[in-house]
Amino acid sequence: MGGDAGGGPGPLQEIVFRNFYTAFVSVRVQRARGPRRWLTCVRRRRLMASPHAEQGAQDYFSLPRHQMLCDVDQVTAVRFILRQPSPVWLHFTIEELQIFPPSQKSPPKDFPSWLSQLAPPQQPPGPHAELPDPEKVSAEAQQMWVLTEVIRARQAAARIGRFDVDGCYDVNLLSYT
Amino acid sequence: MVDAEGGLSLTIARVVQRLRGSSLHSQLERQARVSPGPAPAVVPAVYTLLSLRFPSPCHPAAPPEHMKEPLAYMRKAQGSWEKRILKSLNSMCTELNIPLAQKRPASEQKELLNKWNEMGTDEPDLSLFRPVYAPKDFLEVLMNLRNPNYENGEQPSFRNHLGLIQVPLKVKDIPELKEDFSELGLNIGQLGIDDSAQVPPEFFENEHVRVGQKVLAEQDSAAAQQYVRQGCPTALRAELWALILNISNQPEDILYYEQLKSNVIQHNLLVDSLIYKDVKLTASNDDYYFVFEDYLYQVLLCFSRDTSVLEHFAYSSATPPKSYIRGKGELQKSFCFVGVIPFHGFSMYVAPLCFLYHEPSKLYQMFREMYVRFFFRLHSISSHPSGIVSLCLLFETLLQTHLPQLFYHLREIGAQPLRISFKWMVRAFSGYLATDQLLLLWDRILGYNSLEILAVLAAAVFAFRAVNLMEVTSLAAAEAVLADLSTLKVVPLLQIFLFATVT
Repeated sequence: MGGDAGGGPGPLQEIVFRNFYTAFVSVRVQRARGPRRWLTCVRRRRLMASPHAEQGAQDYFSLPRHQMLCDVDQVTAVRFILRQPSPVWLHFTIEELQIFPPSQKSPPKDFPSWLSQLAPPQQPPGPHAELPDPEKVSAEAQQMWVLTEVIRARQAAARIGRFDVDGCYDVNLLSYT
Repeated sequence: MVDAEGGLSLTIARVVQRLRGSSLHSQLERQARVSPGPAPAVVPAVYTLLSLRFPSPCHPAAPPEHMKEPLAYMRKAQGSWEKRILKSLNSMCTELNIPLAQKRPASEQKELLNKWNEMGTDEPDLSLFRPVYAPKDFLEVLMNLRNPNYENGEQPSFRNHLGLIQVPLKVKDIPELKEDFSELGLNIGQLGIDDSAQVPPEFFENEHVRVGQKVLAEQDSAAAQQYVRQGCPTALRAELWALILNISNQPEDILYYEQLKSNVIQHNLLVDSLIYKDVKLTASNDDYYFVFEDYLYQVLLCFSRDTSVLEHFAYSSATPPKSYIRGKGELQKSFCFVGVIPFHGFSMYVAPLCFLYHEPSKLYQMFREMYVRFFFRLHSISSHPSGIVSLCLLFETLLQTHLPQLFYHLREIGAQPLRISFKWMVRAFSGYLATDQLLLLWDRILGYNSLEILAVLAAAVFAFRAVNLMEVTSLAAAEAVLADLSTLKVVPLLQIFLFATVT
């Protein structure tokens, strides 16, 4: 079982999809320049640990560029070949297919900003005539800044444990939604 | 699979996020300010907190319900099961005309505070209450679990399973189990076998106790987990389990427990009556556990009010029930009912721990930690390898593969083996085994961080009584053969089944 995706030539950064009972997937690409044949960039990637069992059957997978076998710049068409050798499943496919070019980041990662900026912020010169030692100041300021960032980002983890809302506590029925 | 550059930073970000708010975080911060490198005692605690408590991260594109349970049909089945439970609870409320939750009047609060340590003497009228569900109701749901994408034909074929569970989950076979549970091997010393009266203690027991004391002195959590795989000496068990689960009775923990206690005093929940009923029906009637009745109330009543338990719903397939309350000014606010609705036998999860811990706050913390790590999987529908569905399938597969005649015979007489062993596994054998044997079994659950040992033990029990079972001709007779497990020795049974059965 396979499917093609085409458009203008463009580079490929990552392919993300949700599996639905496909055991193996292969990806072939056709490039803008060069011969008009299909090049394999992902060969028989195993998605389900056992084709007869449920493990991995509905999981999310990503195929990043650095794991591909051929160069994926200037791709005009992408072909997905899905294999499911087990006869017990009624259907198999892949869903929510997304192909990301390099400019766009793949799905946003929960990445606190302070981790990527560990350089100390610029310090304006003090109003006093004698300037303090810049090394000492920047070291202390960096520590303080990281701590404030952490405290600001951190939610109150301590649970207050209040059991009533607005001082009222009269629960009669549980909701079904 | 994220790309290499983002991979490490993302992992670090996740680690920071998970540690946030825990006492380890403040410990690490203090340590980092004092000295540059990590303190040796903190590293193993971080390891256990991360690897044991929290599941492995999902793909970034995956929505949160995928982390709870990746298979859509199981999520749906869990949802409809929960709806049934809620309907039952709501109808009980309206029938008995009792609110789900209300504030206690001041006089009642004072009375309860005075009676806190002897709630067992209270004899409220519970005749109108009934347990919301029992394990056999849950088994009926699991039996009807079907994957819509699987070819479930009526004709018997290789696709249909011979047992009750018809879901094609991957379960381990004996060679894989032998590898996983290698410390239970025949040539390795075990408590439960090599500490019996006939074996001189110099062979194994003395050395094992010495190693245990060393592990406790080092406060090494990962080493403790490895150590308990061979069993815990009784004197060291309480501390070793607390070390593995990272429970230390800090003042803030005691304060938290006191706060929960004050919540119990101030508010009355319907669930409290269900807990009372369950304790009276199960633990109070048990020869070993009836002495702990008061402790059970003190733990379970607080547990039903503990909002930190809500965190485990992020990785459990279950969802806590919600309710609407009338807030001042606003019409309706949705409120998360701290939602573990107890079933018949729930209090048996707590009872064995009462042998180890006598301080209510520590007992409470140990139970809460055991619940959010292990026991919640025994009564929710999920595809996790330690979930009850996988355990049932593992049990049935082991029995079919290694005792095919017995399995066929029992099936022919209408006594599907899972009907008998389900209640053992749902309760983690609590109340069925003798307490010292039960604690040896739970040592292994902690040591291997998995509940698969329950399915293996269930199959081993059937193997042990196979000769008698081959002669029965009805389900009732089969249940009678397997009614009394209190004389069984757990560790020899496991060893024989895994390592000494001719396959």
